[in-house]
Amino acid sequence: MLFDYVNVLVFMTVGVLFLVGSLLAARLASRLLHSRIHNLDKLTNYECGERPIGGTAIQFNIRFYVIALIFVIFEVEVVFLYPWAVVFKDLGFFAFVEMSIFILILLVGLAYVWCKGDLEWVKPSEISLARERSSQEHGEILHR
Amino acid sequence: MLLVIIFTIFAAITIISAGMVAFSQNIVYSAFSLLFTFFGIAGLYVLLAADFLAATQLLIYVGGILVLLLFGVMLTHKIQEVNLSNESMRLAPAAIVVLAFLGLLSIAIYRTQWPTVPVPELTPTTARIGTLFMTDYLLPFEIASLVLLTALVGAVFIARGRVKK
Amino acid sequence: MPYILCFTVNRFMSPIPLSYYLVVSTLIFFIGMLGVLTRRNVLIILMSIELMLNAANINFIVFSYYLNSLRGQIFVFFVMTVAAAEAAVGLAVIVYLFRNKNTVNDDEFSLMRW
Repeated sequence: MLFDYVNVLVFMTVGVLFLVGSLLAARLASRLLHSRIHNLDKLTNYECGERPIGGTAIQFNIRFYVIALIFVIFEVEVVFLYPWAVVFKDLGFFAFVEMSIFILILLVGLAYVWCKGDLEWVKPSEISLARERSSQEHGEILHR
Repeated sequence: MLLVIIFTIFAAITIISAGMVAFSQNIVYSAFSLLFTFFGIAGLYVLLAADFLAATQLLIYVGGILVLLLFGVMLTHKIQEVNLSNESMRLAPAAIVVLAFLGLLSIAIYRTQWPTVPVPELTPTTARIGTLFMTDYLLPFEIASLVLLTALVGAVFIARGRVKK
Repeated sequence: MPYILCFTVNRFMSPIPLSYYLVVSTLIFFIGMLGVLTRRNVLIILMSIELMLNAANINFIVFSYYLNSLRGQIFVFFVMTVAAAEAAVGLAVIVYLFRNKNTVNDDEFSLMRW
């Protein structure tokens, strides 16, 4: 069995060599080919031809983290499903019940997250909040 | 001989990148060194005939926990200040404590008679692990799902929390 | 053909002594411990804790291999589950602390110190 993993090792080695080789080749090519004229437009970040607004160092939205968190928890669940799926046919109905309980417990978590609106990119509560805020700002502008 | 060379390569990758994790001044370098540590450890698992656990190591640690840690880095650091926010201190007392424990454990490893002989035949482990989960370790298995549920609800609740000003 | 290859490879493969693995895991554990004790960034502390957990996992698997029992691997499974839960909750706490205090330096979180 260990010998089968030599395939993986070969793939890994070739992959690493390819990566390092292409990086070195790109480095060499750019060393040879790049022009030596610098101006402001060339040094700015490329944003599809638009003028960039602000810096690149922005704070990420917390929503990314919540999604990643939910992903990790359910990924662990999937890893538990693998060995069960391998032996499911031999163990029969009892194993099915056991795994159903396992999944049902985690479904409670999914239901919680879903009901609280964490799976929506824009939360329902924040839509109304943003609407209020924008109407306020609108009012201030009118007031001025 | 061949096996020893492969083992040495994986062990070296693991230990060097672990050192990078703990001592690098740049937190992004630390996070990416952790990737190589996890890879090296997965390689060691393969050498130890734990094939399913090697895959699990890559799935959970590299695919899950490392991504979470990177999100944590991105959420708590602006890119310019990444270099500054990672100095170390208390090095001398910590080194004394660690060296003392290290010496103790080295003596223990050196002096003990470890079992050497009956290296088992290398066979796929997934089915046997599944059977153990469904029979002997049924209760921990179900409790693991409770742990995951609690972690999910708690972490989402904390991460969502409103900022007090 | 694969059999011949296997045979030649097997002749070159004497098993690695158990203590080699123990040395590796001990080193990783103490690198992690040094990281926890010396770094001030909470995220690095969390990463170092992951290192220590991984060192313990290596030990479990080494002994499950040399004692020819799968129980150690089952333990590693549960350790990984708890590690995932720990990373999720710990990072949520760190992100929340950062949003309140605007720092991830562990010296700043001194509200409960006297």
